[in-house]
Amino acid sequence: MSDLDAFRAEIRAWLEENCPAEMREPARSDDDICWGGRKFQFKSEAQKLWMERCAAKGYTVPDWPKAYGGAGMGPAEAKIWREEMNRINARPPLSSFGIWMLGPALLKFGTEEQKIHYLGQIARGEIRWCQGYSEPGSGSDLVSLQTYGEDKGDHWVVNGQKIWTSYANKADWIFCLVRTDKTNKYQGISFLLFDMESPGVSTKPILLISGNSPFCETFFDNVKVPKHQIVGELNRGWDVAKYLLGHEREMISGAGGNDRLNTIGAFAKRNGLEDPLLRAELAMFDVDALAFSAMGEKFLDEIKVGKAHPAQPNMMKYAGTELNKRRHELLMAAGGSAALEWDSEASGGGAKARTWLRTKANSIEGGTSEVMLNVISKRILDLPGA
Amino acid sequence: MALYHTEDQAMLADTARQFMGEEGTIAKQLRHWRDKQCKDGFGHALWKQFAELGFAGILVSESDGGLGMGNVEAGIVLEEIGRNLTPSPFLTSSVMAATAIGAGNDELRGRYLPGLLAGDSVFAVAIDEGPKHRPERIATRAERAGNGFKLTGKKAFVVHGGSADMLVVAARTAGADDDQDGITLFAVPKDAAGLNQDAVRLVDSSMATHVKLDGVQVDADAVIGEVDAGRELLNRVLNAGRVGAAAESVGVAGGAFDMTTTYLKQRKQFGQLIGEFQALQHRASHLYSELEIARASVIKAQQLLDAGSEKAELMVSVAKAKAGKAASLAVKEGVQMHGGIGMTDEYDIGLYMKRDRALAEFMGDMYYHAERVAQLSGY
Ligand SMILES: Cc1cc2nc3c(=O)[nH]c(=O)nc-3n(C[C@H](O)[C@H](O)[C@H](O)COP(=O)(O)OP(=O)(O)OC[C@H]3O[C@@H](n4cnc5c(N)ncnc54)[C@H](O)[C@@H]3O)c2cc1C
Ligand SMILES: Cc1cc2nc3c(=O)[nH]c(=O)nc-3n(C[C@H](O)[C@H](O)[C@H](O)COP(=O)(O)OP(=O)(O)OC[C@H]3O[C@@H](n4cnc5c(N)ncnc54)[C@H](O)[C@@H]3O)c2cc1C
Repeated sequence: MSDLDAFRAEIRAWLEENCPAEMREPARSDDDICWGGRKFQFKSEAQKLWMERCAAKGYTVPDWPKAYGGAGMGPAEAKIWREEMNRINARPPLSSFGIWMLGPALLKFGTEEQKIHYLGQIARGEIRWCQGYSEPGSGSDLVSLQTYGEDKGDHWVVNGQKIWTSYANKADWIFCLVRTDKTNKYQGISFLLFDMESPGVSTKPILLISGNSPFCETFFDNVKVPKHQIVGELNRGWDVAKYLLGHEREMISGAGGNDRLNTIGAFAKRNGLEDPLLRAELAMFDVDALAFSAMGEKFLDEIKVGKAHPAQPNMMKYAGTELNKRRHELLMAAGGSAALEWDSEASGGGAKARTWLRTKANSIEGGTSEVMLNVISKRILDLPGA
Repeated sequence: MALYHTEDQAMLADTARQFMGEEGTIAKQLRHWRDKQCKDGFGHALWKQFAELGFAGILVSESDGGLGMGNVEAGIVLEEIGRNLTPSPFLTSSVMAATAIGAGNDELRGRYLPGLLAGDSVFAVAIDEGPKHRPERIATRAERAGNGFKLTGKKAFVVHGGSADMLVVAARTAGADDDQDGITLFAVPKDAAGLNQDAVRLVDSSMATHVKLDGVQVDADAVIGEVDAGRELLNRVLNAGRVGAAAESVGVAGGAFDMTTTYLKQRKQFGQLIGEFQALQHRASHLYSELEIARASVIKAQQLLDAGSEKAELMVSVAKAKAGKAASLAVKEGVQMHGGIGMTDEYDIGLYMKRDRALAEFMGDMYYHAERVAQLSGY
């Protein structure tokens, strides 16, 4: 038996023993997702156990180094971990912006103290993070942001407003882009971390078309941020922000999707599928979706060995989110009037309709599709003036 | 298996790119033979060079003197063929016919493979019987007669049929036209009595034939594989042809795309390079994404096929459909973004559009393969 086979056997056995039955079904709603953090209420004992058992082994962040709360898996081992998780349909033990976005940025730009302190908390699900990038006047043109941090020697005093801050009201800490030099557009932004309970931070939820409210406006009124809470160099936060956006885009694209080859046509059939034109559209969609799933696999394989173009995550984000929107349009069509139900129990509280509406944000959040296409034109195709 | 080329495969890709980029170019091959109204539509000297480089026998086993490689490697050559629109019998002979003959007995392999390996022989594959790809239905009959069989029926769109020394013919030895069973593959020599071919030039200036089998008498040793049980082998030949055509489509799309982006960086209108207009940039970037995704689906299908995976069938159809969609977009956008010049014969972009159309039909278009994806997924 090779080392990897032995490793697979070990993972399989561990999962068999430790993953509660309840955690071996796909999440049906946002509630089923374990986000961690100080304010998080576990939905069930199984959910709590599952997160804690994984955290104890470093399996919430399997490919992070052991010193920072991970399991120190290499790429081949991490792939085995994902495959074995998929095999039993296991839910991710912990989902968080800390794992997907801040973690990778800290691994690359953080100091040793920051890594040990923050990464450990993220891995154990102790702190829930939110992302303070967008402002009312700065969305796609993020670099025009105005929130300002005034230098007061050992700390900054931050004033300004953020918008579209997902889960700001549920988060414990924020990673935030703050202007620290008004004279330099790109090289005048710093990447700061601070507690949402700091005096002067307030949030106001924004209701979405899906009827949910994962986002907030976030206001900063003379918020004190100690100097050691900066990631990377002063005024070079844009480098950190861009690196993090790459990970955010990768995450939103759903690149890691499993390769079970479940088609939505097969799903629609179970609900009765009698419309030939709809069936044809589903088939065309499934071609695109299965091809994209191969792309996701290729992308991860190439990223691992440094073969992917650095701007490739933008392409994945663009293609993956447009595809996901199309998927939910078709699921609504296949569902017919039953998919319109908004709050009945049978519809899971209107899960289909709400999810459909939520997916419309996929091609906006983390940078719009138009912005992704701009980046591809400029950085990959090298088109003039792009 | 990682979805990128191994070092050996990357080396093969370099060789193929360099060779096709020097010897297989549009000016030296496609235009040359087209303008001469060549009855083969391709050059035999180039085919000989394919053999010298080992390409001709890429899928032929080592014990038979070939390179014993797989669909990934054949696809590497096909992508470069596509990029340069190089006319050659590689797909019909080295991919499809070679897959069929490779499953034949010693005698059959001994009769046909040396000619292929030397670049002296050309083979064609006669499966479809109408204008659309419908291999589920085979009406051509083969009845036992004498010490062999007598073939009667029609075959349509047999690419390179007129240049071929031998045709791989799918015929029915039992059952009704729509039955899965009862299929047998035959190696029919070009001079077999009763074999009539009407040559037609296609839109991409390649040559095909309408084949009439008027009681064509072949010996028993013309049978490839087993009598009545040829469907499985036929599917293998089809899958190799489909994934091969998909790889060539990706090459065609890539060639058209490169021409187009180059043009966007050169052509000025309204005092600026047209590549500066966002209306064109976004379409180019979208096209780039579609192409990358198509390429991923093709390599995935090639690898699954080479690994003998049960998922290969589905992925091959995904690849043929996706590559077809992406290539069709690439050539349409290519001509449009070239403006008026894209409509001229002098400019190559239109040649890509023509080749794409022929490849789209070859071994099933995107509608056929999307339908198969639906059926294979149970809906
Ligand atoms: C569900 C959701 C969650 C989010 N979560 C967060 C979060 O947690 N933290 C955070 O900081 N932000 C978050 N955002 C904000 C998100 O990043 C912005 O909405 C996004 O960057 C777009 O900015 P905008 O809304 O200001 O749109 P605008 O920039 O005003 O864009 C409006 C339209 O113009 C187009 N456009 C703009 N510029 C160009 C251009 N140069 N070329 C072509 N078209 C252009 C856009 O594509 C869009 O279609 C979230 C958004 C959503 C919808
Ligand atoms: C079959 C045919 C018949 C014709 N007959 C005649 C005729 O009888 N008399 C005559 O005078 N002309 C004729 N024309 C010429 C025709 O009017 C031009 O081809 C057309 O105006 C486009 O110009 P162009 O070919 O120089 O393309 P270009 O202007 O170079 O355009 C190239 C590409 O860039 C795009 N593009 C250009 N500017 C912009 C912009 N600002 N924003 C976004 N995209 C842009 C175009 O849409 C096109 O896709 C004919 C052309 C054809 C093909």
